[in-house]
Amino acid sequence: MPQIAAENLRKTFHVAEREAGMVGAVRGLVRRRSREVRALDGVSFSLEAGELVGYIGPNGAGKSTTIKILSGILVPDSGDCRVLDRVPWKDRVPHVARIGVVFGQRTQLWWDLPVIESFQLLRDIYRVSEKAYQAAFEELAALLELRPFLDVPVRQLSLGQRMRCDLAAALLHAPPILFLDEPTIGLDAVSKLTVREFVRRLNRERGVTVILTTHDMDDIEALCTRVIVIGDGHILSDGSLEALRARVTRERWLIVDLTEDAVEVHDPDAEVIRREGPQVCLAFDPTRVAPAELIGRIAARYPVRDLFVQNPPIEEIIARLYRENGR
Amino acid sequence: MSVEPLRLYFRYAGLSLRSQLEYPASFWMLAVSHFITCGIEFVGVVALFDRFGGLRGWTLPQACLFYGIVHVAFALAEAVGRGFDVFPNLLRSGDFDRLLLRPRSTALQVAAQECQLMRVGRFAQGLGVLLWGASRVGVEWSLPNAALILLAVLGGACLFYGLFVLQATLAFWTIESLEVMNTMTYGGTETGQYPLTVYRPWFRRFFTFVVPLACMNYLPVNAVLGRLDPFGMPVLVQWAAPLAGVVFLVAALQCWKLGVRHYRSTGS
Amino acid sequence: MTAYLAIAGARLRALLQYRAAAAAGIVTHIFWGLIRMMIFEAFYRSSAAAQPMSYPEVVTYIWLGQATLALTLGSADMDVRAMVRTGTVAYEMVRPMDVYWTWFSRTIAARLAPMALQVVPVLLIGAMFGLGPPPTVASAAAWAAGTAGALLVTTALWTLASISLLWTISGEGVARLIPTLGYCFCGMLIPIPLMPPWAQPIVTALPFWTVMDAPFRLYLGHIPPEGAGIILLHQLAWTVGLVLFGRWLLGRAFGRLVVQGG
Repeated sequence: MPQIAAENLRKTFHVAEREAGMVGAVRGLVRRRSREVRALDGVSFSLEAGELVGYIGPNGAGKSTTIKILSGILVPDSGDCRVLDRVPWKDRVPHVARIGVVFGQRTQLWWDLPVIESFQLLRDIYRVSEKAYQAAFEELAALLELRPFLDVPVRQLSLGQRMRCDLAAALLHAPPILFLDEPTIGLDAVSKLTVREFVRRLNRERGVTVILTTHDMDDIEALCTRVIVIGDGHILSDGSLEALRARVTRERWLIVDLTEDAVEVHDPDAEVIRREGPQVCLAFDPTRVAPAELIGRIAARYPVRDLFVQNPPIEEIIARLYRENGR
Repeated sequence: MSVEPLRLYFRYAGLSLRSQLEYPASFWMLAVSHFITCGIEFVGVVALFDRFGGLRGWTLPQACLFYGIVHVAFALAEAVGRGFDVFPNLLRSGDFDRLLLRPRSTALQVAAQECQLMRVGRFAQGLGVLLWGASRVGVEWSLPNAALILLAVLGGACLFYGLFVLQATLAFWTIESLEVMNTMTYGGTETGQYPLTVYRPWFRRFFTFVVPLACMNYLPVNAVLGRLDPFGMPVLVQWAAPLAGVVFLVAALQCWKLGVRHYRSTGS
Repeated sequence: MTAYLAIAGARLRALLQYRAAAAAGIVTHIFWGLIRMMIFEAFYRSSAAAQPMSYPEVVTYIWLGQATLALTLGSADMDVRAMVRTGTVAYEMVRPMDVYWTWFSRTIAARLAPMALQVVPVLLIGAMFGLGPPPTVASAAAWAAGTAGALLVTTALWTLASISLLWTISGEGVARLIPTLGYCFCGMLIPIPLMPPWAQPIVTALPFWTVMDAPFRLYLGHIPPEGAGIILLHQLAWTVGLVLFGRWLLGRAFGRLVVQGG
């Protein structure tokens, strides 16, 4: 019995359009134009308890809309959805009491209050018993190393500190399901690792089901065994990360920073796909040439200042997925 | 209805008040300037009475009763209803979603956001006027009379609170800043501070049956002054009238629910 | 100069979108116009003594006020408030434009937009309820000139209110005080001629009076069209004074600004 099941979700928004210029502004007084945006066009998937799923796609693909529907804030135009045996938007209050949500861009804590007071307020809001709250609080404070700044008002925290507090805040009421929306955006490297490690432990040791929406492929690679790709309101892919990659491309990219601008770069096993001044982007197939070997060749032949290897960004993968699907 | 939501509300209110009292100088400045600006409005009323010698048979002390009740009631509603006043900002910043994600009534959460202490300025000014008028108006202040005035104030506070809720509910349908709707709520005070006989019949009817301003102000004061109501309403109605304010508030909260439903189906 | 005009124009176009707000504004202005009419009618009926203004004149005065109320109504720049709160006000300092005049341009548009949308409908409806025409064409022209000057004065005042927001704690009080004082002393509370005689010299020294009362009296002919020159001078003097004070204040504010954030 899946813990989360979405079936054929559809949602269309109407966005007002405005003509440019003064004439348009005056005309807009009398008649308002609007266009339709199909955010979700038949989205279906299901999750078992304890899964850690990445939910990815380009901007505007429908990720936030899906999360809003799953969390009960938004009512879809049509389709079915069950979370923990409830329809999210129909029984809002009991439903949201069992989920935790973290928005990376926006905090749920009170701006002017010390962190600890925000936590206490949430305890009262979620009606958590004192005993359960103490247990959860102690554990979260220890795992996320919050003790040093519990008395600091949220507005004075750094982004990394704030994100850790937001994670704790979302888990004080011990929900079995956690939605993470861009949790590592803007974070420094150390904070990112802390957050990732925490989410991994939460999932492995506590069995908390996690849906992670992100643009950071490193997050996905570090945490998710299963990845759902949404594009243009449709599910494009649903399976393991390796399968996705293998399905689209095995390609990897070598980014090289040269010391001089004018040098032409060639290699039999790599293709130059982008060139911006002294920066060259080479695409290669790691099954045909080992990255180390390619790096060695390039470094030996050209005046290299710096280089690094990366996976093609998610937008690239999705774009190819689109091309594949003939969109 | 359980007591627990009230407890949560008071917790919020306590935090809000505490943060305002953190800057006592600022609080005093705001409260005093608020007192003064409300006071200046009253000086305007006095100046008009002075110039014209009276208002359709009503004396200044009698007018003070009306003025005092309206402004004390409004100050109470302002102090407690500030959350709804700033609600449009919450919608615009997208933070309302967070309220929906909590297992609590949205109205409670919005209401609890903020408690504005500075409104004590208007409260003090209104109370002063009310007491002055009460002392000059030549009525014996028996317990029933005093109770009726208190009821009128409380009913009036509910009424104004309902207006704040309605005004905030409009924000669900348009993102535009309908600050100008503030004039509706403040218009309520300007209207209510004068005895209702001043206005034309259709106006009076609107303010008795649609926005029951008359019920919390005109009718109770008439009862206290021992005047026969020109509309011929029985005395019992004059006593029960303040309840109309509560009914109005309940109706307003139903509209709020409609607003939330609209928000949830159209998205932000 | 063109840059500031562009800013004002952009803000104006943005604000013209606010149809619902304009419609709601028109409704409430009519509402208030009627209430005020009834209140003053009741007062006038209570006394047979001669008054500095006749009742029909008061009615005209009231409707003129409602039609141009957008000049004084509202609150200090919301965007400035948000900027101060989030700390992005620092960006204002970094731009290669004079901050004061940028804010001034935005404020002019903010004052003008709602008024432009509301003034004609409210005047038309007011005419149905007793708004009378000006005695001469010269009076009408004087009123228009006075209103234009009023726009400058009120913009300078509102810009000052916005600047005071930079003092996060105490600034809020000042930002509220300015419009409330303006409301009381511009004639919306009581037409200035109806105020007690001892108050008149005080009120006419302040800038608020020239925003509403003075143009209205030009319209009614109480102040003859020739008197428009003095009014405009009064407005200009106050505008210049407020602008200079505002610029000085802004300089002080940026000097002491603490930018929050992690």
